[in-house]
Amino acid sequence: MMPLWFVLVAPIAVALVIAAAGRGPVRYTRWLALVGPVAAAWAGAERLADAGRETGVAAEAVSWFVTQTGSIDVGASADPIASIMLVVVGVVASMVVVFSFGYMAEDASQPRYFALLSAFTAAMTGLVLSTSLVGLFIAWELVGACSYLLIGFWFTKPSAARAAVKAFLVTRVGDVGLLFALALLWRETGTLVTADVLAAVPTLAPATITTAALLLFVGAAGKSAQFPLHVWLPDAMEGPTPVSALIHAATMVAAGVFLLARTWPLFEASETARLVVLIIGTVTALGAATIAVPQTDIKRVLAYSTISQLGFMFAALGAGAWVAAFFHLVTHAAFKSLLFLASGSVIHGSGTQDLREMGGLGRAMPVTAATWAVGVAALAGLPPLAGFFSKDAVLDAVWVHAPVAGAALFIASALTAFYSFRATRLAFSGTFRGAGHPHESPLVMKVPLVVLAVLAATLGAGSWWFAELLGGHAGLAIPIAVASTIIAGLSAVAGWALYKTGPAADDRLAGALGGLWRAAAGAYGIDALVMRGAAASERGAATASERFDTRLVDGLVRGIAWLARRVGREFNELQSGESQLYAALVGAGAVLLASLALWLGR
Amino acid sequence: MTLALLIAIPLAGALVSAVVGRSTAVARIIALAASLGTAGVAAVVWQAYASSAEALTYEFTMDGAGSFLRLAADGLSVPLVALTALLGIIAVLASWNVERIGTHMSLLLALEAAVIGVFLAADLILFYVAWEAVLIPMFFLIGGWGHENRRYAAMKFFIYTFAGSALMLVGLVLLVVLGGTGTGMPATPLPIEPASQTLVFWLLAAGLLVKIPVVPLHTWLPDAHVEAPTAGSIMLAGVLLKMGAYGIARISIPYTPDAFAAAAPILAALGVIGIVYGAAMALGQCDLKRLVAYSSVAHMGFVVLGLASGTELGLQGAMLGMVSHGLVAGLLFFLVGALYERAHTRDIGAFGGLGVTLPRWATIFVVASLASLGLPGLSGFPGEFASVVAGFGRFGFVIAVAGIGIVLAGAYTLRAVRLVVHGEPAATQAPADGLQPAALRDLDARELLIAVPLVALIVALGIWPRLVTDIAAATLGALASLAGTVS
Repeated sequence: MMPLWFVLVAPIAVALVIAAAGRGPVRYTRWLALVGPVAAAWAGAERLADAGRETGVAAEAVSWFVTQTGSIDVGASADPIASIMLVVVGVVASMVVVFSFGYMAEDASQPRYFALLSAFTAAMTGLVLSTSLVGLFIAWELVGACSYLLIGFWFTKPSAARAAVKAFLVTRVGDVGLLFALALLWRETGTLVTADVLAAVPTLAPATITTAALLLFVGAAGKSAQFPLHVWLPDAMEGPTPVSALIHAATMVAAGVFLLARTWPLFEASETARLVVLIIGTVTALGAATIAVPQTDIKRVLAYSTISQLGFMFAALGAGAWVAAFFHLVTHAAFKSLLFLASGSVIHGSGTQDLREMGGLGRAMPVTAATWAVGVAALAGLPPLAGFFSKDAVLDAVWVHAPVAGAALFIASALTAFYSFRATRLAFSGTFRGAGHPHESPLVMKVPLVVLAVLAATLGAGSWWFAELLGGHAGLAIPIAVASTIIAGLSAVAGWALYKTGPAADDRLAGALGGLWRAAAGAYGIDALVMRGAAASERGAATASERFDTRLVDGLVRGIAWLARRVGREFNELQSGESQLYAALVGAGAVLLASLALWLGR
Repeated sequence: MTLALLIAIPLAGALVSAVVGRSTAVARIIALAASLGTAGVAAVVWQAYASSAEALTYEFTMDGAGSFLRLAADGLSVPLVALTALLGIIAVLASWNVERIGTHMSLLLALEAAVIGVFLAADLILFYVAWEAVLIPMFFLIGGWGHENRRYAAMKFFIYTFAGSALMLVGLVLLVVLGGTGTGMPATPLPIEPASQTLVFWLLAAGLLVKIPVVPLHTWLPDAHVEAPTAGSIMLAGVLLKMGAYGIARISIPYTPDAFAAAAPILAALGVIGIVYGAAMALGQCDLKRLVAYSSVAHMGFVVLGLASGTELGLQGAMLGMVSHGLVAGLLFFLVGALYERAHTRDIGAFGGLGVTLPRWATIFVVASLASLGLPGLSGFPGEFASVVAGFGRFGFVIAVAGIGIVLAGAYTLRAVRLVVHGEPAATQAPADGLQPAALRDLDARELLIAVPLVALIVALGIWPRLVTDIAAATLGALASLAGTVS
């Protein structure tokens, strides 16, 4: 069986090798970036195949930090959800690496790129495999750092540099929540080994459980771009598109969902925490879906779509259906990374990200168009694609638990289908509106698209196996499935039909909806508000402390200094310059000391 | 005897260098040899302590005069001595091309001897003498080799720390008188009578807290840092700041445990204020060196918070924080100094796109920055983590305020990276003296020799903090039970 240490260490070693080898042999060394992902997928698949008999082999824990009263341990093991995540991360990362061979072929900084992808794989598998919350937190921060470095990959572009910082800082707000969750759990349980912490949940006070759960959720909301910490994800699209597919669609942003699944007993024990998760998830799912509708940048449509779909997952978690949420995480990873890679192919072949400048790409890029079509159908939740099954599970759980939230999610699904088919028609139908001649991407980019399309089409069949493995309930809720299919189908048709006329339909809709359209197009100004608030408090803090420093504190010191100079002048008319004064002072001090020492020492 | 060598070697180097240091080559060789020798002895001491876990002691006695050079090395002092010896080499290498090199190296080595003296002193008077002796070379380094405002900065540095030490001296004298056991510091000193502890504690704190420094006693630090030559900044941030925290652990906790326990919430508050305030100030800086200086205030805030918790975890966090900050701030000051040598400006706005023009410098700067903001896997994280967790355990959700500082640390660090490393290289303006950005050259072999080992240590300590904590464990554990047994 593939040892877990290899899954963790190999991609780090690979990253170092690729970086050290540099630009010359990168055409060969970049293949090494596949080692980590393939090992991860392999290790996960092996363990899943074994799952009936044995759940995970715990690696030996290592004491990372030791005190007399307790030690902080880290270790790795693969239980079923970790194994599933390993496969997800491994498969998506492999496809992204292969796709990047073509997408990044012209880039001069390929060694840095592939090294960072490999490092990200290591960090992400570490997050998944960690047996302790400390290890998880370490990996959690490291995936964030890799995300920062990859969003800012084209760092000479000021917008990319800014987006990278924004992503890091907004998620860090969440990370502080996670840090204090750890501090609280350490104080209350004396351990940070995940299993031990969770075993201690029944002994904790309800208030402690709720506080810890909410703090964990703050961390999850930052990483998974939940309202109001979602503002970083659209900007993160500044990174290379394959990076968006891997980090900002399939894996890192899903880490929040994974975290809640991993610490589920805490949430199970706190109704308040689950209610908060449900509300935030639902608000995010619906809000982001409305914002996705009027976006004209194909990557921003996908970014808001990702935020919205993560909202679906959190809503399911809030409704208590973590298995449904986790299932949606898996299918979403497949179809959303597919959509991002396809959009990368579109950008590569058409030279633009603007839907208004596209059109007619279906003829020019048949493979990209076909795979994209599978992706949007899955995203829209049309049967029998993967998204249909997982979204049905989410809708069912939320509808039963809280009909109001369920209704909101139905509206969000309708919008999802609408914006999916709007974007599809704008990009692939009609005639090309941009400059130049769009062309299909090379084979090395088409193969990953096809592989992911097959997964996005067929993963739904896994829903029974999934439920059996994780102990959730399986099977379609027929009324919900029928209703959601009708709603999604009609919205998809509406999106497709309305945009027959191309981008002009935007204006008609904007005219009909007025302020609502504009507000959604501007993401309701939340981003602007958050950024203005952050900038103002930043400036405020800096100025206030600057004033305190220069006026009050230094004023006092200058007063003392002035006094000292006066005294010095009185005493030392013969000597000039301050250094003599101090030398004299020190000399006097030394004499004083020597006599004191002699007196005391006797 | 080995302990005495730790002071004697740099001191001898200082004397020789002052006498024959006219020749640049000779001064370099002597300084390098002395600092390497000191580091070698430090490594021996480390090894000896690591294998026996018994404190090393040394005593020099003279007939009639009693003993007056009492030294000891335990888990609290060994890591800091090693850090000092390491940064001593770095500082020597970083001042390879200064003017009047003989005197410069002499002062640097004298400084190293004095700081090691502070960390090894097993005698209250020796502690004080070494403490004051640190001031003198530092004062002259700033005054003699500093930048435009060096006189102001040197004086401010002197007044602050001297005023603090004067009060500390009174505190030490009281300690000796009230303790009634002479000036020697046994391995586990007896606390003085509870009634006088508060007075003594705060007198000592006056000197110790200025040195750390805690807000609002910190304003000497940015000025001193900005004006000091690179080697001065490295030693100042790297080891001088640790003297204050060391003093709290070495003297305040064992001699005045009740007063320490009573003052712990105040110390914790000062720590948290430092974390937030230092970060907020760093965010507003345009001078790269000043930014790093304020970040030191924030980092030392974590150290104070860890100390204040009085638990073993917190003390370990403080120790890790000190060692990590020594490495990271040392590296950052070195990098900023190297940049200043080339561009003759430290204005953040004057740079941009160094990731393209100076890739080696930029890569190391990004690593150091990530370490500075506390990224796990690098040395800054374990100490911060332990301090916050321990502080939370003792003081509760008040400590969450430090979370603001954690976010701000990301903000000021990455702002600097964005403005200096990222962006278009074309945006690099010609510095004041007309030097063209094309003339900037990347780090050379000597500079890589300084930076790469520091990076390696930063990574190693980040992955495996027990490199330091295992050495410190026994001493800090005993200290924690002292701080913890108090009613």
